[in-house]
Amino acid sequence: MSLAKTFSVGLYGLTGTVIGVETDISSQLPSFTLVGLPDASLSEATARVRAACTNSGFGFPSKKVVVNLSPAAVPKSGSAFDLAIALSILAAMEVVPKPQLEDLCIIGELGLDGSLRQVPGVLPMVMHARQMGFTSVVCPLGNLSEAGMVEGIQVLGAADLLSIANWLSDRGVLEEPGSKVAAPAVAGNQLDLAQVIGQNQAVEGLIVAAAGGHHFAMVGAPGAGKTMLAERLPSILPALSTEQALEVAAIESIAGNGQVALNLDTQPRFQAPHHSSSTAALIGGGSGVPRPGAVSKAHHGVLFLDEALEFQGHSLDSLREPLESGKVLINRSGGSATFPAKFQLVLAANPCPCGLSGLADRDCTCSAMAIRRYTNRLSGPVLDRIDIRLAIKPVSLGANLGLFDVGPTSAEALARVVRAREAASDRLSSFGYRLNSEVPGPVLRGRLGIGAKALKDLDRMLMAGKTSMRGYDRCLRLAWTIADLEGVKQPGPDQVRIAVSLRGTDNLLGV
Amino acid sequence: MTDARQWLGRYGEDRACEYLVGQGYQILDRNWRYREGELDIVCVLRGTLVFVEVKTRTSLATGSPFDAITKNKLARLRRLAASWCANRQVSNSQVRFDAIGVLVHGGRVTIEHLKQVL
Repeated sequence: MSLAKTFSVGLYGLTGTVIGVETDISSQLPSFTLVGLPDASLSEATARVRAACTNSGFGFPSKKVVVNLSPAAVPKSGSAFDLAIALSILAAMEVVPKPQLEDLCIIGELGLDGSLRQVPGVLPMVMHARQMGFTSVVCPLGNLSEAGMVEGIQVLGAADLLSIANWLSDRGVLEEPGSKVAAPAVAGNQLDLAQVIGQNQAVEGLIVAAAGGHHFAMVGAPGAGKTMLAERLPSILPALSTEQALEVAAIESIAGNGQVALNLDTQPRFQAPHHSSSTAALIGGGSGVPRPGAVSKAHHGVLFLDEALEFQGHSLDSLREPLESGKVLINRSGGSATFPAKFQLVLAANPCPCGLSGLADRDCTCSAMAIRRYTNRLSGPVLDRIDIRLAIKPVSLGANLGLFDVGPTSAEALARVVRAREAASDRLSSFGYRLNSEVPGPVLRGRLGIGAKALKDLDRMLMAGKTSMRGYDRCLRLAWTIADLEGVKQPGPDQVRIAVSLRGTDNLLGV
Repeated sequence: MTDARQWLGRYGEDRACEYLVGQGYQILDRNWRYREGELDIVCVLRGTLVFVEVKTRTSLATGSPFDAITKNKLARLRRLAASWCANRQVSNSQVRFDAIGVLVHGGRVTIEHLKQVL
């Protein structure tokens, strides 16, 4: 019988499919055919596999070799099937025993000398293999630590084809992942909130944003410290849960930026795409197989758009869907992929093209028309989702001379944020939410309603037309977060007043 | 072509013929030359006309004998077969194309027969 089958996992976006690799060897003129919708890089596997088998000392059959990747109708791409193809052929040649291959998921690219090379996307592949009931998986040594993050499946790493063949024939062992080291603590993380001086109000705003998961915008003159503040947001966000960290690592794995994860990084990520970024770079895309964009790389972390108004209008508008649903759906000719994209949005912008508007001692040189064109770039629907608008004033001389109090350190702020998030999730878990920013208006005004006395100011603003109903809800959300931070059971007039000031006006630049 | 290689080719074809006769084939023609090449062996078994391409090797250093049979050679074999049929006025006959690899090594002759290669 010269028929054999092995298994691997194909990825489309983050979605895995188990791929069966069948080999049939028949007595015919020598040929090597790969069928099952392979793309260009996968078609070249025939050359790699033939050389790897020969140079590992197994030889290659002088017969007709047909390899089928099933399901045959699913388009397949990449070099990660090389190893599964080679082992399928070796099994059909009866060089390696077939029964051992039944519950084994095989991932890896082959070099011409039979060595194994690491491939992107191993983490989501192994997660899918476990879900589909495979008991073990072999992968290149370079991917071993990444694959080892997945619990509940035996993960083995190999340096080359020969060592796997020996292992299958019970003549050798493969490497197991090292003991899982906890991600190194924030030690050496240089960015600390205490480094921000003279911006106490903005720092408080940042802490509120962190505690409630509120999207926020900062408007101010160049050099006021907007970027500095934004970069310190991750340092006051709670560490990711294991599940969240795995989701993030899976996205980074297919983004394939060459970095190899050694252990599970529980730090929330910070993505700051440049304002010249294309829409595809921002939300994901690319030809053929879609790849995750900045919004997905910032999953469970922070997406910071510096000079937000310099981004192309339609790029900013493309943020609407992920802001709404927490994921992006990208359609390409080859199919559609969904990537998670639950991020906290931070915008920074100058008040006008020259950046000097609103400063006491400098004159803005922009025309009214120029300012209007500038501010129109951020559309209402995106602006609607931003709960906090902070006006960042330039730091005065006094602060530079050390005359002001130093603000809280990141560690102190983080402790407050964690406490506030616990209070919020205790209250909201029965509604199915975790953070104040997730709660929709009807719930805020209905079962989570707060006393009429506390709302007096807000009601008056609504009557006077100074705020919309949406702005009203935003104030309620913020008031809850402020109450959680202060350890108050329910927001009172004070908390609502602070919320109103943090919310700013409906016009971004009118803060 | 050197004499030694010519001799080897001839020797391989002789062995292939002996093998085919042993299998019950009836040899109709050998080294039938026509414009663009030659048919090594034409034989018949139970009404099926079989055109055989023979490749002989003394080692496997350059791959199996069959590795030398390329798509172009097969296409030529097909055209030659058509010419042969026209020439001999054979029609309405089942036709098959086979390849025979002969390995002459260390005083031993190994014959491998692939049927219906086209």
